[in-house]
Amino acid sequence: MTRRPLRPLAGIIGARSRGEDPARIEAHRKAERLHAERAQERRRAQWRLTLMGAFFICAFGTATARMAVVANSDPEEPSAISSSVPVSADRADIVDRRGRVLATNLPTWALYVQPNLMVDPRAAARGLSKVFPDIDAAAMEERIRRGRFFWVKQSISPEERQRVHDIGEPGLQFAPRETRLYPAGRSVAHIIGAAGFGQLEVYAAELVGTAGVERWFDTRLRDPAKTGVPLELSIDLAAQVAMHDVLEDAMERYTAKGAAGIVMDVHTGEIISMVSLPDFDPNHRPQDPSDPRLFNRAAQGVYELGSTFKVINNALAMERGIARPDTLVNTSGPLLWGRFKISDMHNMPKQLSLTDVLVHSSNTGSARLAVMAGTKAQQDLLKRLGFFEPTSIQLGEAAQAKPLLPGRWSELSTMTISYGHGLAATPLHLAAAYATLTNGGLKVNPTLLHDPQAPTEADRVVSEETSLHLREMMRAVVERGTGKNAAVPGYMIGGKTGTADKPQPTGGYSHNKVMATFAAVFPTSAPKYVVIVTLDEASTQAYGRTWRTAGWTAAPTMANAIRRIAPVLGMRPLPKTGPQEAPPPLLVRN
Amino acid sequence: MTDMVFGTVAARPGEPVLSRWWRTLDRWTLAATVGLFLIGLLLALAASVPLAEKNNLPQFHYVIRQVVFGIVSLAGMLWLSMQNPVTIRRLGVLGFVAVFLSICALPVLGTDFGKGAVRWYSLGFISLQPSEFVKPVFVILVAWLMAASFDIAGPPGKLLSFVMAAVLAALLALQPDFGQAALVLATWGMMYFVAGASMPLLVSLAGVVSAVGFVAYNNSEHFARRIDGFLASDVDPTTQLGFATNAIREGGLFGVGVGEGTVKWRLPDAHTDFIIAVAVEEYGLVLCALIIALFLVVVLRSFARLQRERDPFARLAGTGLAALFGMQAFINIGVAIRLLPAKGMTLPLVSYGGSSLMAAGITLGFLLALTRRRPQDELTEALVEGRRR
Repeated sequence: MTRRPLRPLAGIIGARSRGEDPARIEAHRKAERLHAERAQERRRAQWRLTLMGAFFICAFGTATARMAVVANSDPEEPSAISSSVPVSADRADIVDRRGRVLATNLPTWALYVQPNLMVDPRAAARGLSKVFPDIDAAAMEERIRRGRFFWVKQSISPEERQRVHDIGEPGLQFAPRETRLYPAGRSVAHIIGAAGFGQLEVYAAELVGTAGVERWFDTRLRDPAKTGVPLELSIDLAAQVAMHDVLEDAMERYTAKGAAGIVMDVHTGEIISMVSLPDFDPNHRPQDPSDPRLFNRAAQGVYELGSTFKVINNALAMERGIARPDTLVNTSGPLLWGRFKISDMHNMPKQLSLTDVLVHSSNTGSARLAVMAGTKAQQDLLKRLGFFEPTSIQLGEAAQAKPLLPGRWSELSTMTISYGHGLAATPLHLAAAYATLTNGGLKVNPTLLHDPQAPTEADRVVSEETSLHLREMMRAVVERGTGKNAAVPGYMIGGKTGTADKPQPTGGYSHNKVMATFAAVFPTSAPKYVVIVTLDEASTQAYGRTWRTAGWTAAPTMANAIRRIAPVLGMRPLPKTGPQEAPPPLLVRN
Repeated sequence: MTDMVFGTVAARPGEPVLSRWWRTLDRWTLAATVGLFLIGLLLALAASVPLAEKNNLPQFHYVIRQVVFGIVSLAGMLWLSMQNPVTIRRLGVLGFVAVFLSICALPVLGTDFGKGAVRWYSLGFISLQPSEFVKPVFVILVAWLMAASFDIAGPPGKLLSFVMAAVLAALLALQPDFGQAALVLATWGMMYFVAGASMPLLVSLAGVVSAVGFVAYNNSEHFARRIDGFLASDVDPTTQLGFATNAIREGGLFGVGVGEGTVKWRLPDAHTDFIIAVAVEEYGLVLCALIIALFLVVVLRSFARLQRERDPFARLAGTGLAALFGMQAFINIGVAIRLLPAKGMTLPLVSYGGSSLMAAGITLGFLLALTRRRPQDELTEALVEGRRR
């Protein structure tokens, strides 16, 4: 900014006295000043523009020089992969609670065609069709001649790789791959899920979880900082395999359509074993997403679970102070509600104690107790046991399995739910509820991770006394009730049968298709595990007729399961205290 | 006097438009522009074929599109270059208002083509990316504001223009398009530099930045590792950058030969962001050097001409446009050879793409109009200078 004239007034007076126009002089001076400023700015801009020109010359010069350096560096075959390139295990292993490998990576090779290196497409196509019978030589040759890079096989074995090498064609190239391998095979199929290739590159391909635990923990498994640390699941592989064997055997013996089994730690909710049949080999996962084998019956399927709910109903009665284990309950039938009739499978005495309502599995007694407790209290208990929400297990599939609740919860609904009809939930829901009711009354959430988090007093659902009585009642069911076939000498097993008529697609219930469930806890003296076994449409022949009730199908399966699993989990049978023979099969009720 | 006869045709003042345009035009820049466009077509013949095959289109579908867009852009550029600075200013500022509004409306009306960032308007046959068009008109707006601040008692144009730059950069960063945001800020910085940023301020800024960088490099292991990793010579071959680097290696001095390149089959962005890799692979370092030389011609010729320019608006606008053009080219090339961190930025005039090509046409049209030779009051200035001495 140039200086203003020191004395404008004097200037104006002077100009006037000389007969000049002061305004013009002012304007002239202003223009001059602007001009001078402009000229100064221009000179400044001139050298700054020169500087910027120099900057751009430097920048582009650097770019050219760098380009030249890169271009003249040793060419690195973009497609020649040697084994010197370390193949990084970029997905963590998954192990069971004792460190046995459930999922790991195997280096394999992908085969691709690089047409511009191809010498003899015809011979290459013929050679490939010999190594891989599913490749048609003519079509392959046609494809090679199109001159475009393409993948032939996503993973080939070392033998196949050697045979492709022997074709001697430089245009056939190999890219390293990591193939996800599941050594435990079918036994963990539904838990582990699957991982597939994400982004395909010549040098590597990322593995992305697409189902099960692989998908739920995908970020954790792919986290480069943790790829060396395996993900530890709560599963015990030995128990898992035992459960798998027992259920497969049971499916065959009882000609069942499907089966599911769960072993859960009563105190922490850790899932020791979870099996769903029919299953599949996770190393060759069915491609069709609607394949029924992919369905996880244990965590995904919602079923009416039948009389197993009577344990919950008894808990409700004791918690509400309606009855104690020896209180007599009216079990006369049939019980009429509007035009509906609730009856028992056989004639009951007019009165039974609360324990015997469970032991003899009385529908009428349970319904009367539920009405006395009220709809509100029943809903409240079921809600706190987790029957209103999907389970919190770490499987994406299970998050969709929301229990089916009655649309309008009438008094009739309350009565039917008391013996397990009108509310459908997954066997996993049942396992969590049984664990909660028998471990002393603290709510547990099912988990697949091996970091036990014991529930605290804040999670209390029922009192310790109620829990103790429930265990005694369940023990009585196995000792002298419908669950006799589930008894295993030396293990104090308590449990409850449940036989639910399957709903028909046309509405109403089927009379000869049932879902048979046995829910057990053992040992009842100091509970450690809850075991659930469910058989779909199982039946057996005895005494000249067909039996479908859980006492005949699910209960013996439970006995087999515990006989196999308990030793695996390090539990000793109690020494015999007397002549304790396994009771012969009797007529049992549901 | 004899001319003033009734009925004679009035002589037009000055010479015809076209001949004056040709005489005053920066013909070197024009030649470099056309050269770059032709090289772009040559590379599109190579690089866009894989894309066309992937989309089941005729082999040269994208080449033909590029030719059509190119003709439209070049015609627009020539028309713009015939305008005078005042018209350019008006077009630019009005254009800025329009494009700015369309950027603001992007989240509502735009589409992301499944690529994550909402940057495009789909008009059926063509999709427009407003962030490409906003750059040249933004430069005009900033130049207008800064030039206004040169007048005695003028508005605080530099501050206003900085606010505009910050707002625009924020909008672009929200898309998110950090590359364009950085480019907008850098262009503003260069214009501010030429408009007379105070030297002590610049020197102290540079000093502080280098001091902080030095201290950080010496004291922060993390920062040092980042820098070392960026400067390291080996590159993870599984990334886009790895493929680009390999392609440049393959190419060497004279390239692997026309149509022989392989990188275009592997890189999804071979025809846009990594066109330079395709160029080097097929035609070698020679073509790359030629491309860089042509960009440098445009930038340096424009700077040289602007040094003689007296009008602050024309000088600042020209500086901004040339710097914008040069920086975008430098960023694109710098990414491919890992001089700069990866940013999605097209190579102006060379990369395939309607928006990019038309925006380059507008930028160069403005630039050519502003670098035309105009009568400068050199005589008056010489007199003033003389009187001051």
